[in-house]
Amino acid sequence: MLAIIRTALRAIRRNILRSFLTMLGIIVGISAVIVGVSMGAGARAEVEKQIASMGNNLVIIFSGNMSRGGVRGGFGMSGTLTERDYESLRRDVPGVTGVSPEVRTTVQVAAGNQNTSVSVTGVSADYIDIRAFKFQAGENFTQLDVQTANKVCLIGKTTAATLFGEGVNPVGEVIRMKNVPFTILGWLASKGANAFGSDQDDVILMPYTSAMKRLSGDTKFRSFSLQVASPEVLPDATNEIASVLRQMHQITDGKEEDFSIRTQQEMSEFATASNRVMTILISAFAGISLVVGGIGIMNIMLVSVTERTREIGIRLAVGARARDVLRQFLLEAVLLSAVGGLLGIACGYWLAPLLTKFAGFPTLISQSSVILAFTVSAIIGVVFGFFPALKAANLDPIEALRYE
Amino acid sequence: MDPIIKLENFRRTYRNGSLEVQAVRGVSLNIFPGEFVAIMGASGSGKSTMMNTIGCLDRPTEGLYLLDGVDIGKLNRDELADLRNRKLGFVFQGFNLLSRTSALENVELPMLYSRPPISAGEQRARAMKALEMVGLAQRADHKPNQLSGGQQQRVAIARALVNQPRVLLADEPTGNLDSRTSVEVMGVFQSLNDQGITVVMVTHELDIASFSKRKVVMRDGLVRSDDQVVDRSFSADALARLDAEQKAVHLA
Repeated sequence: MLAIIRTALRAIRRNILRSFLTMLGIIVGISAVIVGVSMGAGARAEVEKQIASMGNNLVIIFSGNMSRGGVRGGFGMSGTLTERDYESLRRDVPGVTGVSPEVRTTVQVAAGNQNTSVSVTGVSADYIDIRAFKFQAGENFTQLDVQTANKVCLIGKTTAATLFGEGVNPVGEVIRMKNVPFTILGWLASKGANAFGSDQDDVILMPYTSAMKRLSGDTKFRSFSLQVASPEVLPDATNEIASVLRQMHQITDGKEEDFSIRTQQEMSEFATASNRVMTILISAFAGISLVVGGIGIMNIMLVSVTERTREIGIRLAVGARARDVLRQFLLEAVLLSAVGGLLGIACGYWLAPLLTKFAGFPTLISQSSVILAFTVSAIIGVVFGFFPALKAANLDPIEALRYE
Repeated sequence: MDPIIKLENFRRTYRNGSLEVQAVRGVSLNIFPGEFVAIMGASGSGKSTMMNTIGCLDRPTEGLYLLDGVDIGKLNRDELADLRNRKLGFVFQGFNLLSRTSALENVELPMLYSRPPISAGEQRARAMKALEMVGLAQRADHKPNQLSGGQQQRVAIARALVNQPRVLLADEPTGNLDSRTSVEVMGVFQSLNDQGITVVMVTHELDIASFSKRKVVMRDGLVRSDDQVVDRSFSADALARLDAEQKAVHLA
């Protein structure tokens, strides 16, 4: 066996440039596999990070029904969720660890001589835990602030930077919205963009009562955020939420609901669907170039068999069986494609970080994709090397010895 | 004593399209262990076809060929390969060494295909011994292109001997060599034959055939004559004569 490997290596070395050019197809294909899979994995990891930044075991209830598509004007527009719904969700659904209503309004906010337009979200005190916010400085508002519709708020990093300058602690400052002065209680730590690309740091949070009474004048909520204790209770909790809300809204069986429930899992599935398409596309390109690379190997092996007809004749004459010759040429093809595969993997390791650096694509090279790529390259060697090897093995020794 | 090679009414017909070529048309021949046979004939006489069959590279179309008592006609490709590996050694006109491969590795080649497998160490030892027999032990690591024609042919002979075959087959072994080197190669054959190895050689040169013990002449696919060699040449004498001739040329 060692002797066969040595022979194969020698044959490859003999024509080092030709061998390299032959491998190039495999190198390109395998590095495309590595980079493509790493882009898919990187994008998925990014999305998972974003989804996780929304909080854990999250359920969001939107007012209005979105199963009818865009006809109703999207989610959260018709405002069917009420204070009573909020109370009963808190009271009646087992396994819920936190509930917060959400109202949203966009207002002009001013501090000193700076002002900016910002999205204000009115929430309960639970919201910070449900959505996994952390404080850079300061603290959360309290249940008492909610009950009294106190003029307090929490400010996101981007908004704070706009109003007070980069890195300046805004806690204790007063900002004015619709001429109402709000005291900043907390400075939120950065969360980055969410899965749909909007900046989660360009926000002001305040008690929902304050937002409704002092800013928007709304009386109904656009959505609720709920947190359940664990992923296991999520399905039951979701059913329970639906039944509680149906009861509250007096919706009988068979009638359409005026709310929709989305879990975090569903959102992450939605977000990964689009980059799956990208992964499939890249894989298709990689697959095509691997086939082309395989044909290149077959071509060069056929040339090699013809060139070495005499050598094959000698081997047959001194007692090599057909399978010995087959094995030798097959091994040579596999060696060509496997070495090409290894070089392709190295290339992929080199290219993926470059892609992140210069094109901003998140990439993540997984061990399994490397193993897969190497296996694929070896299989290509076997598949495309088989026909030339068979041709070599079936040569007639007399003809082969006479070949010039 | 049983013959090592036994041909009985051996025929070989090639079909080239609708044309049927009878290369050998019924030959019966017995070669016994220890013989040194030269098969002679013009091109197209059928001697190469006969050699291919004796060498188990081909099978008779009709008739019988027994090598060491084994009927070749009944064997498949792999069994023939095995037989070539164990019982036969080949020496070709064009040497047929693997280029860019050392003399030692060339001699090891048949042992790569031996069953049961031979350990790398023993392969090396046996290849060295075979090279010693042909007087090339010092050149074991030379590549064929670093060796003269005669040396290359001796490497080929060492390769043919390395598996201790019953028969050494040589197809025009001196065809590419000058007359002095030819005589030297014949010397190697004669000394191997003296050690008991059966040698069968195809040649069209009468003076090369005279180094053998028995001369079979073929024409048109049939054996025309089959005689013991009278007035046999010996390489030592022939070399001495060549030296003398050369000296005469220098003196003149």
